[in-house]
Amino acid sequence: MHTIGFDIAHLLAGSMLVLSFVLLYQDRITAVLNVFALQAIALSLSVAWQAVFQDAPHLLVTAGVAFVVKGIIIPTALHRIVRRLGIHREIEQVLSAGPTMLTGLGLVALSILLVMPAGESVSVLVREDLAFALAVILLGLLMMITRRNAVTQIVGFMSLENGLVLAATGAKGMPLVVEFSVAFSILIAFIVFGVFVFRIRERFDTVDVSALDQFRGERGDRA
Amino acid sequence: MIGSVLTPLLTPLHGILLIPAIAVVVLVFVPSYRIGAMLNMLAAGLTFMAGASLLFDPRYRTDILIVDDFNVYLVTLTTFVAFTTSIFSASYIGHEIEIGRLTPTFLRFYHALYQAMLGAMNVALIANNVGLLWVGVEVATLSTVMMVGIYRTPEAVEAAWKYFILGSVGIALAFFGTILVYLVAQDVLGEGLSAMAWDRMAQNAAKFDAKLLSLAFVFLLVGYGTKVGLAPFHAWLPDAHAEGPTPISAVLSGLLLNVALYALLRFKMILAANPETLNVGLVLIVLGLVSLVFAAFMLYRRRDIKRLFAYSSIEHMGIMTFAFGMGGPLANFAGLLHMTMHSLTKSAIFFAVGHIAQVKGTQRIADIRGLSVSHPVLAIGLAFGVIAIAGLPPFGVFTSEFMLVSSTFARQPLLAVVLVFGLIVAFGALVLRLQNVLFGEASGPAGEVKATYVPLFLHLALVLLAGLWLPEPVVRWFRAVAAQLG
Repeated sequence: MHTIGFDIAHLLAGSMLVLSFVLLYQDRITAVLNVFALQAIALSLSVAWQAVFQDAPHLLVTAGVAFVVKGIIIPTALHRIVRRLGIHREIEQVLSAGPTMLTGLGLVALSILLVMPAGESVSVLVREDLAFALAVILLGLLMMITRRNAVTQIVGFMSLENGLVLAATGAKGMPLVVEFSVAFSILIAFIVFGVFVFRIRERFDTVDVSALDQFRGERGDRA
Repeated sequence: MIGSVLTPLLTPLHGILLIPAIAVVVLVFVPSYRIGAMLNMLAAGLTFMAGASLLFDPRYRTDILIVDDFNVYLVTLTTFVAFTTSIFSASYIGHEIEIGRLTPTFLRFYHALYQAMLGAMNVALIANNVGLLWVGVEVATLSTVMMVGIYRTPEAVEAAWKYFILGSVGIALAFFGTILVYLVAQDVLGEGLSAMAWDRMAQNAAKFDAKLLSLAFVFLLVGYGTKVGLAPFHAWLPDAHAEGPTPISAVLSGLLLNVALYALLRFKMILAANPETLNVGLVLIVLGLVSLVFAAFMLYRRRDIKRLFAYSSIEHMGIMTFAFGMGGPLANFAGLLHMTMHSLTKSAIFFAVGHIAQVKGTQRIADIRGLSVSHPVLAIGLAFGVIAIAGLPPFGVFTSEFMLVSSTFARQPLLAVVLVFGLIVAFGALVLRLQNVLFGEASGPAGEVKATYVPLFLHLALVLLAGLWLPEPVVRWFRAVAAQLG
């Protein structure tokens, strides 16, 4: 059962997971954006391979959108924003690299333990794909928690979304949802750019979210 | 206006989806906020008429959409509260424009987003396809995120950011759960659209892989549970309620939380049909009680009046979750009734609170005093709202809570003790925090209110009516849904 197709699917999904780990320990925003672009490209290759493997040509559309939007347009746009704000060096982490990586390893183990034993009804390939996807999702979550900067939180969220697309395309013949998920990733990206980055910039002259944390919930007690 | 020409040509089902969709497009291009507010009311009113006329023919199913007893009641409730809130919104917004907190440009988007949210909630409610259900909840969430941030103060931006991040994480996990559910179903139902149809899943759930289905539910629970505001996933909720415009607080508490709970219940029904899956009832009981007791204690430390009622929403969502977790005809009946009563009462309270915050110029509880002296009508509205939400007779919330407590005492006395404890703690908090708001010497400016009282007292009258006498058809209908919920 270990055909070459199986191995290639593994390789591509695995490379996405590796890139998730690389994302976790970057300490410059430009590097984070580059790694994210690489992960998006790995995702598009993986989806394209699934299109061939499952004989589902519509998945090629998903792959193309992932490549163009998440691989090229969004990283380029974020690069420009970051340069204009002059924040390409600063990055603040709640946890340092070591503990973050260890937690990440724990999350990968967790996703394998969760997905692999469940569901003998589903083929091994699908289950392993799901385990990879869940690990990418959880690492994206971890990145959102350990970074204080709005841009890196957005990247964390998009990386999480990469994991979702990987899971959705791995599920055989799942209808409509791939299109939906692509549409939503574009929508979310627009909302994020349009609203939050500029508003936060306008108000605080920084995109460091911790600047927002002065406010702790009780209006009128700050004065 | 376009909607009113088209309505006769459409079935109600098209109506509740198309009227908001058309309104979104129209409202973006209406420059005057007065006309925008009127159109918003008109569109919401037409949607309510379409939603209510679904009641006469509550049967429809395709693999994409479904109408049954359960969701038709929620569609009616949702479109009704959305309609009354749009009336409240019109008078609320007028004041915000006057004091310059909002500009007409923002209001164009505010009204368009309001309709987008209404349409998306309707999509979520009548979706048979679980993917479409997810899309509906997601769009509704994103549009409320934008509205919460609309004041653009640092607090509002933080609240919107927090809501966006936590909401997105929740929705991402719910999507993963949806994928897992599809995987489980396609093994039995075959690939394609039919394997995402909720009713087919519920019928064939006994043949599903129990382990994978249970795993899927865990993701769905965390995902949609975040939207419901269940502790410990509630962190976004108080901020979003307090910092956004008050009409949005009203629809968030009254409607969006319900829609998310509805999504969870649909999946609960799938799991209930398969005896080997995890015990969903127990999970819901625990989460419900934790939310109830936690929120009840948190009520004591609130200093902001909208935050106070946001925590009260967490408390009541906890009560409903507990009721549906207990299951059985009586507890489910109580849960459904409580869902309705809480929607009506909580949105009425926010109508009152919105105007109170406007006339007093603050949301700080300590700075709002002696309302019964300065603004007696608002004081009466708030007082009745609080009496109702605290669960005192003769209001409908008392009926549902009493049913739930008595049925729980009969089955699980220990759980009932925890439930009653939470209810009493919350009751004490509300009385303690709101006494000075209502009585004593008046504070602040005693300016006139330009308020519409109709939505406020209409809701309270309905809640009072439900507490005194539930019409026979309504009872029969709640019974049918309660039986369907299992």
